[in-house]
Amino acid sequence: MDVEVVPFRAQGALLHANDSMSKIVDFNAYPDAHGRFGNYGGSYVAETLMAPLAELTEAYLRLRDDPDFIAELDRDLKHYVGRPSPIYHAERLSQHVGGARILFKREDLNHTGAHKINNTVGQALVAKRMGKPRIIAETGAGQHGVASATVAARLGLKCVVYMGAVDIERQKINVYRMKLLGAEVVPVTSGSKTLKDALNEAMRDWVTNVADTFYIIGTVAGPHPYPLMVRDFNAIVGREARAQMLEQYGRLPDVLTACVGGGSNAIGLFHAFLNDADVRIVGAEAAGEGIATGHHAASLAAGRPGVLHGNRTYVLCDDNGQITETHSISAGLDYPGVGPEHAFLKDAGRADYVGVTDDEAMEAFHLLARTEGILAALESSHAVAQAIKLAREMPKDGIVLCNLSGRGDKDVHTIAAREGVEV
Amino acid sequence: MSRIDRRFAALKAAGRTGLIPFVTAGDPSPEHMVALMHALVDAGADLIELGVPFSDPMADGPVIQHASERAIEKGVGLNEVLSWVAAFRQRDAETPIVLMGYLNPVEIHGYVRFAQEAVRAGVDGVLLVDCPLEESAVLQPLRDAGLQQILLAAPTTAPARMAQLCGSAEGFLYYVSFAGITGAAHLSTGDIAARVADIRAHAKTPVAVGFGIRDAASAKAIAAFADAVVIGSALVERLAGATDAEEITVRVRAFLAPIRTALDAH
Repeated sequence: MDVEVVPFRAQGALLHANDSMSKIVDFNAYPDAHGRFGNYGGSYVAETLMAPLAELTEAYLRLRDDPDFIAELDRDLKHYVGRPSPIYHAERLSQHVGGARILFKREDLNHTGAHKINNTVGQALVAKRMGKPRIIAETGAGQHGVASATVAARLGLKCVVYMGAVDIERQKINVYRMKLLGAEVVPVTSGSKTLKDALNEAMRDWVTNVADTFYIIGTVAGPHPYPLMVRDFNAIVGREARAQMLEQYGRLPDVLTACVGGGSNAIGLFHAFLNDADVRIVGAEAAGEGIATGHHAASLAAGRPGVLHGNRTYVLCDDNGQITETHSISAGLDYPGVGPEHAFLKDAGRADYVGVTDDEAMEAFHLLARTEGILAALESSHAVAQAIKLAREMPKDGIVLCNLSGRGDKDVHTIAAREGVEV
Repeated sequence: MSRIDRRFAALKAAGRTGLIPFVTAGDPSPEHMVALMHALVDAGADLIELGVPFSDPMADGPVIQHASERAIEKGVGLNEVLSWVAAFRQRDAETPIVLMGYLNPVEIHGYVRFAQEAVRAGVDGVLLVDCPLEESAVLQPLRDAGLQQILLAAPTTAPARMAQLCGSAEGFLYYVSFAGITGAAHLSTGDIAARVADIRAHAKTPVAVGFGIRDAASAKAIAAFADAVVIGSALVERLAGATDAEEITVRVRAFLAPIRTALDAH
């Protein structure tokens, strides 16, 4: 396949967003200058961070229109990350399901094994151009930590990664990968000792070391400009996929699906299609042991609007406003908030968000492995499960395009332990 | 004139520097919270900052994080905090109370409901750490109800923005002495003095300085140029583990008395 790396910012047409909406919405017009996606987003941070965020916003808005920066980013994406990633028709899986064709956008084939590198390559170039010698990152599954350590090594930047003590235990291989890449991994023992606490701790580091430090947030959450910047860097996924669909199939898919934790791979796939009113969009959240059990991480499907980690969005919290502990078999989806753009898309009726349980994700993982020879990440297995559900209900000439956001090598130990196998 | 304004006017008239202790509501003991608040006043507090526990206190260091976690484990939320303020008010109608915390508990409680209940309980101001001026439109129901919004200013705050903060401040402006989290670092008194002098020249309110002040010596150094000093982490650390009202009172007195003396000797 030979698809050009499409321009950094695609232009979308004004279209009816959705049959249920009477007005015309240009989804490319969000966020506004304050980083708001309708009622969501914004900059809910302590005063000390307002100046560094303003500095970052100013630098990023300048760079995103700078031809030199765009050219450097495109070169890195092509020669270092290995873009474009293919779209792949999973024929045996589709046959097995017996419905529509299931296509995968193969982000698992990127350098470091997931979509996360799209964002870290971009943010590291911003850090370099802002003259910051030290980068920090938070990580859940470790994929963003590895992707951050990778770009730091390549650019000769010092890298510190904050990771919850619970996640360090369940993602040992990624912890070691980060160390091999020269990063320092700091265990976080406060709160629930998972991704949300790692984000708190990284924010505390940033507020203390703002002069020389660039904070690479790994998802489309956090204060403005992060939801915008991380979305822009991941939107390459959808821009490529849209062009590939038109070139190879002469049409757009009927439905898109992707897993949603913070939501960066999902918004990456969805964004280029938001103004394509005929393309249905479904996000798969982690329903854990089932939403009714309370042991899940489905912020959009089961949460409520609130303020967490610098933005207004859907959160999982109790009646006192305390953020509740989440559960998912996949560390990368184990987060009690979600990117504000997803909250906006949910309320606008442009995207639906549904829960996929641990068991359903595991079943999809095995089915994909046996029918297609692909070990998907546990996070991505949620999207695969949702793609299967969608395809089953659709005619054979339909197309489901699913973001296979990462590969499953990192999860082999977790899966073995769950199934009682000693590796 | 609000209770906070009256208190600062009285301090100015007496030539005294204000002492503002911060404690996390519900720590070390929910049962003795009201006794703790009275003990703070008896030991020389001019205004009380009451921390509303939050699960994800991004701007706080480990001491206040852990105090928050302990309080949450004991089920402390806004309802409890407001009930303690109301109980405190039965015996003390003069000492201003500012609730300090994060936005989500107030958002979930409901802004209008919170405003009504807080005023009824006797709260005077709110300092919501993660709600900067730009996002404070949501706090309009609080202002309408008469709660003063205490704003933070920081070493990183640019001059134009500082002018805006000085113009918008209510009650007092809280200057964060260094870029970092609560309870950390060493104070660089010279830098703070220059910045605070500049702010005092422009702010329409008094200026309190907090973050990093932990004893009589550091309080006295700050008192040379601030209208009030805020002491949080060091006090919270000192109170941790105290189980009865008497022990709490003894610890409060032992901690605050030398600071009060140092401020008054200034």
